Amino acid sequence: MAEEVKLFKTFSTTFGLRVVQALKLKGIEYEAIDEDLSNKSPLLLHYNPVYKKVPVLVHSGKPISESLVILEYIDETWKQNPILPEDPFERARERFWAKFNDEKLLPTIWGVFIKEGKDREEAMAGSVENLKFVEEELKGKKFFGGDKIGLADLVFGWLGNLMGILEEVSGLKIVDERYPLLLAWMKEFSEHPVIKDTWPAHDKMIIRQHLQALLTRTGGIFLCNLS
Amino acid sequence: MAEEVKLFGMWASPFSRRVELALKLKGIPYEYIEEDLSNKSPLLLKYNPIHKKVPVLVHNEKPVTESLVIVEYLDETWKNNPILPQDPYERAKARFWAKFIDKKLLPTVSKLGHMAGKEKEEAIEEAQQQLKIMEDELKGMQFFAGQRIGYLDIAANVLIWFRIVGEFIGETILTAEKFPFIWEWIEKLMEIDVVKECLIPKERYQDLMQLNRNASKHASN
Repeated sequence: MAEEVKLFKTFSTTFGLRVVQALKLKGIEYEAIDEDLSNKSPLLLHYNPVYKKVPVLVHSGKPISESLVILEYIDETWKQNPILPEDPFERARERFWAKFNDEKLLPTIWGVFIKEGKDREEAMAGSVENLKFVEEELKGKKFFGGDKIGLADLVFGWLGNLMGILEEVSGLKIVDERYPLLLAWMKEFSEHPVIKDTWPAHDKMIIRQHLQALLTRTGGIFLCNLS
Repeated sequence: MAEEVKLFGMWASPFSRRVELALKLKGIPYEYIEEDLSNKSPLLLKYNPIHKKVPVLVHNEKPVTESLVIVEYLDETWKNNPILPQDPYERAKARFWAKFIDKKLLPTVSKLGHMAGKEKEEAIEEAQQQLKIMEDELKGMQFFAGQRIGYLDIAANVLIWFRIVGEFIGETILTAEKFPFIWEWIEKLMEIDVVKECLIPKERYQDLMQLNRNASKHASN
């Protein structure tokens, strides 16, 4: 019986992209369904009634949502090219950094781009501190996972692509020469043969980001930028 | 080599209590170090330099932080009395709901202790909406068998903590009438010996909340 794998996402979703990359790393075939978040499909709402968000992976009719939960599910279900190591301590380390990105790094950096005045300064200070920790973690390593891409790399992956777009549109430079290891990692990761073709079209992303910035400034509805 | 396991924790932290529960479920001997969070020990800061928080598990000198990451670490290192189910889809469901508790319910209820008036009412409504989502989605779920509890049950110690907070602020957010499944789940959990051992003592916690409330009143005067 053929495995039926579907992935509900959008063209730009940061969290969905991790799942796309994991599926590609493992060579898993799937059907991609791009959602219009202003007009969510009944299927999406059926499969993710709790959050009504992307990404949602549906495997043989069973839905899984929340990108980190999906990544672990993928790793446990398809054993080739593991994204988590064998050793429990190293697995804990990958999970720690995945959480760190989602709960600390990403929100603080995001804050720099969407906040103003004193709030922006605070977000910048937080970002600098968080980036320092990440830089430390990369010492002696090519990827967060060591010699090959792992869970933490997929989760930090947005730095390899979206970061540049945000910096280009805003004119703000955040990941600069203070973080040589991170800059090197960003290049390694985004040019990795499996990863490089997964990035959403650059021009489309730039336009989208300009629109978002405009909406934010004019007090428009703040769409979820990461979707 | 003898296994050396230490837990840096705090009596009032549901996150810390989760790890204690997991350790006891697995019968892992450990040394417990109670932290004074207003005066954190050099060891805690050494083992958790990024977040500087409890709980921290130190196993043969290697630190693991974040309560649910620790619970998974324990489950992968000590194979007896498994905490997570075997099936990947069941594991995904357990992780999903544990995350929901921590990312949605917990922040909402944490805020409640400091709120008043309209803000408080809105937060209560938000908490109830979130509880309703859980109630609706989980109510078909089978309870744990006998004295064996698992990952989501451990994460749900936060629901027990909600009851204490609710009583303190004089609002019963979590009631048997509104959320019969969740209520019964908590009641069943609290009958289990090892869960009882790891409960946050109610009166002591409420005294602490009162102290904090008084302190913030003072600060704003």
